[in-house]
Amino acid sequence: MTATWEDIVTIISKLAIAASLVTALTSVSFAQENLKGLTIGFSQIGSESGWRAAETSVTKQQAEALGIDLKFADAQQKQENQIKALRGFIAQGVDAILVAPVVATGWEDVLSEAKEAEIPVILLDRGVDAPEDLYLTSVASDQVKEGRVAGDWLVGAVGDADCKIVELQGTVGSTPAINRKKGFEEAIAGHANLTIARSQTGDFTRAKGKEVMEGFIKAENGGADICAVYAHNDDMAVGAIQAIKDAGLKPGTDIKVVSIDGVPDIFQAMVAGEANASVELTPNMAGPAFAALSAYLADGTAPAKFIITESKLYTPKDNPQGEYDTRKGLGY
Amino acid sequence: MKRLHLERLANPQLLALVAVLLINWLLFPNFFRIAWQDGRLFGSMIDVINRGAPVAILAIGMTGVIATKGVDLSVGAIMAVCGAVAATMVVAGYPTPIAVIAALAVGLACGLWNGFLVAVLDIQPIIATLVLMVAGRGIAQLITEGSIVTFNDPALVYLGTGSFFGFPMAAVIALVLMIVVTLLVRRTAIGLFIQAIGVNRAAASLAGIHSRMLLMLVYALSGFCAAIAGIVVAADIRGADANNSGLWLELDAILAVVIGGTSLLGGKFSIPLAVVGALIIQAMNTGILVSGFRPEFNLIVKAGMIILILMLQSPLLGNAIGFFKRDPKQANSR
Repeated sequence: MTATWEDIVTIISKLAIAASLVTALTSVSFAQENLKGLTIGFSQIGSESGWRAAETSVTKQQAEALGIDLKFADAQQKQENQIKALRGFIAQGVDAILVAPVVATGWEDVLSEAKEAEIPVILLDRGVDAPEDLYLTSVASDQVKEGRVAGDWLVGAVGDADCKIVELQGTVGSTPAINRKKGFEEAIAGHANLTIARSQTGDFTRAKGKEVMEGFIKAENGGADICAVYAHNDDMAVGAIQAIKDAGLKPGTDIKVVSIDGVPDIFQAMVAGEANASVELTPNMAGPAFAALSAYLADGTAPAKFIITESKLYTPKDNPQGEYDTRKGLGY
Repeated sequence: MKRLHLERLANPQLLALVAVLLINWLLFPNFFRIAWQDGRLFGSMIDVINRGAPVAILAIGMTGVIATKGVDLSVGAIMAVCGAVAATMVVAGYPTPIAVIAALAVGLACGLWNGFLVAVLDIQPIIATLVLMVAGRGIAQLITEGSIVTFNDPALVYLGTGSFFGFPMAAVIALVLMIVVTLLVRRTAIGLFIQAIGVNRAAASLAGIHSRMLLMLVYALSGFCAAIAGIVVAADIRGADANNSGLWLELDAILAVVIGGTSLLGGKFSIPLAVVGALIIQAMNTGILVSGFRPEFNLIVKAGMIILILMLQSPLLGNAIGFFKRDPKQANSR
């Protein structure tokens, strides 16, 4: 009797593991069984944006699916808190550390301490100015590529027609704004029919995106001359969509809307036919990080120093309602 | 009499506003073109009064505070809190009026808290209001759980994007608020009491003015105005953005009040001119947007214009202009 009972328990637990692996996001390509039961510290910057909150919840989900005991520390935008958290993790003797660094400088000391304690450190989302041997790898998106994917989509969408583009930039001087602008310009460079007529900063916010788009519409013949708007993030695009509607035009039809990030509200706009394309900045930085860690712990395989996440393009053809539903619960 | 009236209109603030608008017109010839579209007025000038409304609303409350020699740094954060309260409540299914009243009550409570710190505990206003400036945004993030709470409640959206006889609702709210508060302080003795506190609080108290109660009142009014601005801004984008709603707007509001000729040392204030100050700031913002400057120049252009406007208001320059103006006029009247 007991043997059968144990069999049932084993089967149930195996089923549970299988189910959790299936539900885990697709990047968990193999079982990564060796991570099970490990303690991993995660020092997050804070929760300053919806994307950041989603990154935190995806990381927690991934850890749970792999059976990792994740120690989470919120740094509330302060590097000193992150360094404290890292020292805490080292003192506790965790098996690995994930850190999303709030700034690039000042990490040498604490990373050296982790190295001495033989704890692998993986950087998420942003890089640091420190010798490369102090961390195992860094997982981040390629922001130039994000801009290029958005630009390539627009080039394909307008064909040979003339297209006057207005651009809503991120915060002036910020790295994503510079890179996403650069990538987009590279993509449309060879196509003389596409021109950026106006470019202003919307500070990555919905309110400023709306205000700037209102100005652009007035300046470009009531919006009649604008063929497309390229926003450096989805929030500004959502604001621009409202401004286009207020001007009596149809976003998505009269003015094409292409942006970057893939937050739930842009998928809702796609469902309504008001947005045309969004390049995803995946919140799943932890998936590739855990995969790299698993391979490293298994046989010492050193991963690539810079792991680049996929910049996937989503259009209304890619089941926006489904994407909205899966993302809504992630805390965006 | 008529001449006197005209002279009152020719103050530096209105001249500066006209000058900024004319520069905008030179940079963008269609600046003053206004069309009627979908039952509302549509044009760059409408954008100026619509987008300038939140700062104007903040400036109305800020004027009273600054007139008492204080400052309220928390208004931007209070905007975020109140927008978050209104948005989460309508999303949770509460009727719009209840959500709006709750948000206004929260703003009032925040203002009373500031007033309590300043008037009762005698904490320096800049420190007292700094507490909420920092903590308020955290509170707003707690309410929204870090995400942008999106809503589609038509009544609430109307407060931000609706139109009243073709004019944007936000501007109408700001105008009504300006008239009500101006009448309140100028048709009663409250304005005089506020000025007295600003000049010398101790002397005002000795003269029998309830300075504590009045200080509580001006901070409460500032919090209330911030709540209105927060609701308007959230309604405008159909979402409460705890991280960005009202971010740095306290500085724009203080600037609007100062451009409006109110002294940071207290004692002298004008609510309508603070609203003009807010319009000047927004006219510059809108002008930059339609003119096609590169965004790298935004702040430089703004800073240059503001220095120019403040220089026009400086007593030294005012005296010089007055000196040149005086002679011919006196000659005329003789």
